[in-house]
Amino acid sequence: MPMHIGEKEFTKRVDKGLEDDFMRGAVRSAQGRLQTNRANAADELGDWEEWRSLGQEIRQHTMENLDFYLQQLSDKIAELGGHVYFAETADDANNYVSEVIANKNAKKIAKSKSMVTEEIALNDILEENGCEVVETDLGEYILQIDDHDPPSHIVAPALHKNKEQIRDVFKEKLGYTKTEKPEELTLFAREKLRKEFLEADVGITGCNFAIAESGSFALVTNEGNARMVSTLPKTQITVMGMERIVPTWEELDVLVSLLTRAAVGQKLTSYVTALTGPKIEGEVDGPEEFHLVIVDNGRSKILGTEFQEALHCIRCAACINVCPVYRHVGGHAYGSIYPGPIGAVLTPLLGGYDDYKELPYASTLCGACTEVCPVKIPLHEQLVKHRRNIVEEEEKSDLAERLAMQGFSIVAGSGNLYKLATRMAPLLVTPFVKDGSISKGPGPVKPWTDIREFPVPQKQRFRDWFKNREKGGSERAKRGN
Amino acid sequence: MKVSLFITCLGDVFYVNAGKATVELLERFGCEVDFPETQTCCGQPAYNSGYHKKTKAAAKNMIHTFAHSEYVVSPSGSCAYMFHEYESLFEGEPVWQEKAKKLKEKTYELTQFLTEVLKVDNTGSEFHAKATYHTSCHMTRLLGVKEAPLKLLSNVKGLEMVELPNRESCCGFGGTFSVKMPTISEQMVDEKVEHIEETETEVLIGADGGCLMNIGGRINRKNKPIKVMHIAEILNSRGEV
Repeated sequence: MPMHIGEKEFTKRVDKGLEDDFMRGAVRSAQGRLQTNRANAADELGDWEEWRSLGQEIRQHTMENLDFYLQQLSDKIAELGGHVYFAETADDANNYVSEVIANKNAKKIAKSKSMVTEEIALNDILEENGCEVVETDLGEYILQIDDHDPPSHIVAPALHKNKEQIRDVFKEKLGYTKTEKPEELTLFAREKLRKEFLEADVGITGCNFAIAESGSFALVTNEGNARMVSTLPKTQITVMGMERIVPTWEELDVLVSLLTRAAVGQKLTSYVTALTGPKIEGEVDGPEEFHLVIVDNGRSKILGTEFQEALHCIRCAACINVCPVYRHVGGHAYGSIYPGPIGAVLTPLLGGYDDYKELPYASTLCGACTEVCPVKIPLHEQLVKHRRNIVEEEEKSDLAERLAMQGFSIVAGSGNLYKLATRMAPLLVTPFVKDGSISKGPGPVKPWTDIREFPVPQKQRFRDWFKNREKGGSERAKRGN
Repeated sequence: MKVSLFITCLGDVFYVNAGKATVELLERFGCEVDFPETQTCCGQPAYNSGYHKKTKAAAKNMIHTFAHSEYVVSPSGSCAYMFHEYESLFEGEPVWQEKAKKLKEKTYELTQFLTEVLKVDNTGSEFHAKATYHTSCHMTRLLGVKEAPLKLLSNVKGLEMVELPNRESCCGFGGTFSVKMPTISEQMVDEKVEHIEETETEVLIGADGGCLMNIGGRINRKNKPIKVMHIAEILNSRGEV
C-alpha cells in the first residue's frame, strides 16, 4: 500500500487525530485563512461560476481525448530530444527513475513537491538504492527532516504543524537557534537548501500541467524551488499523473487561474515555471537530459467509469480546506497521502475498497467540497456512489446495518407498516424515557445518546393531529362555521 | 392553491409542533392543505448509506403518494431534496425516472414555497426573542435555498437576529454519519454549539429536523439554556409567546 500512511485501522487514526490538539489548532487556523482567501479571490474574478464551468469543460474534454493528448505530448517531447516513459504501475515508474539515476551514477537528488511521487513512494525506493533525496519545498523539507512525517494536505503538506513545532524540528535536527518567526525559519531553510540545489546530480519534479501542443510542463509554486530543481541539475526527471495534461497554453491559462485562486486565494503564485525539453544548443539554462515519466497506477481504470470526474482534479485542495471532517481529524486520519473529500473519492479508486472502505463514509455529505471545487467535481455525489458500490457490489457493509436497512426498506415502502411502526415507537422507547428525554438509548440509538439526547416520540403523531383536525374541520363546515 | 404536505418522518414522530405550524402558516396564506396518509420516509438514510436498491421501495411509495398533488411542500430542505435525488436513483428505469422528475418539479421546501410560489416575504409574524439561524447544508447547497428563510425571519416583528459565526459549516449530523462516526460528529456539533453560544441568543432557529435533532440533542445534553425551534414555529407565531 504505497499511498498508505499511519495505523492500519481507520478508527485508530481518527482517534489519534481527534486527540492531537496542536494539529487541530493548526488545521483550524489554516482552514480559516485559506477559506477566506479563496472566497475573496473567487469574488474578485467577478464571474467565478463561469470560470468554473470553463474549467470543468476543459477537464472533461481533455479526459475524453486523453489518449490523443498524451500521444501528442509524447511525440513533441521526443521531437525536443527528451525521453518519455509510460509507467503502468508504481513499480514501473520507480524502476525507470532508479535506472536513470543509476545510469548517471547519481547520488544526490533534489526534489520539488510532487504528490504523485508520494503516491508511488519514490523517495523510499531511491533511499533504499543509496541515494540522498532532498525535498526542497519548504513544507516537504520540514516533514522530511522530521523523520519522514507524511504529508497531511496536498498543497500545504506540513499544515498539521504549527510554527513552534517547526522551530523545534529545526532545532532538534539541524541545530537551529533562532525563534519561531516564519521569516527566520524560512531564511534558515533557504540557506540550507541553496547548497543542495547546487550539489544535486539529478532534479526530480512533479507536474501541475503538461501542455500537449508544445511538449512543455508547468510548475506552480510560491518558493521558486521547482525552478531551481528543474534548471540546476544536469539531469531532470519529471513525474506526472497521466491526467495532468492540458491541450494548449490557452487552457493552461484558465486552469492556472483557477488553481491559484482556489488553492491559496492568489491571483497568481510567485512562480509559474514552464519548461520545454532539455537544453538545446545556445541555451544557458536547463538540464542536459530530460525524462518525463507518465504514471498510470490505476488511473486508466477510472476512465470511462462514473468516477471519471475524479480525474478532473487539479489538486488545489479547496475541498480539503472547507471540509468539516478534515478540520477535526486532520489529514493523517485518512490513511492516504490524498486526504479530505478528494482523497476519500480518489484513494479507494487507486488503492481499492479493502483498505479504504471507511473513507467514503468520512463525510456528512454537506456538499461544501462540491461547492468550492474549481472544476466542479461532484465530490459528495461520488462519495455516495462509492458507498453504493461498497454496499451493493462489494457487500462490505456489516450485517447489523444490512438487516436494519432491510427492515427500513420494508417499512418505508409501505404506508400501513410505516403507520404501525410510528404508532409503536413511543411504546417501544418508554422504558428509556427519563424527564422527557432519552439519555441512554438502546442498541442502534446508543452511539447517538453517547453524545446527544434523543427526542421522545410524541404520543400524538402529526398525522393523528391532522386527522382529528380534519374531522373537526368538516364538522365545523357542516355547522356552516 | 392546493398543497400536499410532506411532513417527513422526524416531523411526523418527533417535531409535531413544527408540522402544526406549517399547516397553519400555509392556510393563513390561502392554501388548502392535505396530508396524503400513505407517506412514509423519503429513504434518505438508506440512500446516503449506499443502499440504493433498498431505497427504491420508499421512493416508489412516495411517488405514488404524491402523484396527484399540485404542490408538495415539506418543512425540511434535506428531505425535499431527497425527492430531487429520485431521478438519479431510477437511472435506467425511464418510466420511474419520468415520474420522479414530475415529483421533483412540484416539490418545495416550506420557506422556498412561501417566497417563490406564494410570493410572501413577510408573514406578518411576531416573536419576541434574540435568535440565530442555522443554515442547513442540503437546503442551502443542494436545494439552493439560501435567502428565503433569512428574508422571512428578518420581517418577524420583535425578533432580533444575530448572524451565526461560520454559519455554513455543517453541524455534524449527516444522517447515519452521526452514529457511524460519532466521535467526529461530536466535535462538529460541539463547534456548532460554541458558535451558537457566541451569539448570546436564546433561540436557535433551523429549517431541518435532522440538524435540529442533532444540535438540540447536544444542547440538551450539555444543559445549555438555548431553545431550539423550527422556522415554521417562528413564522406561525403571532406574538403570543
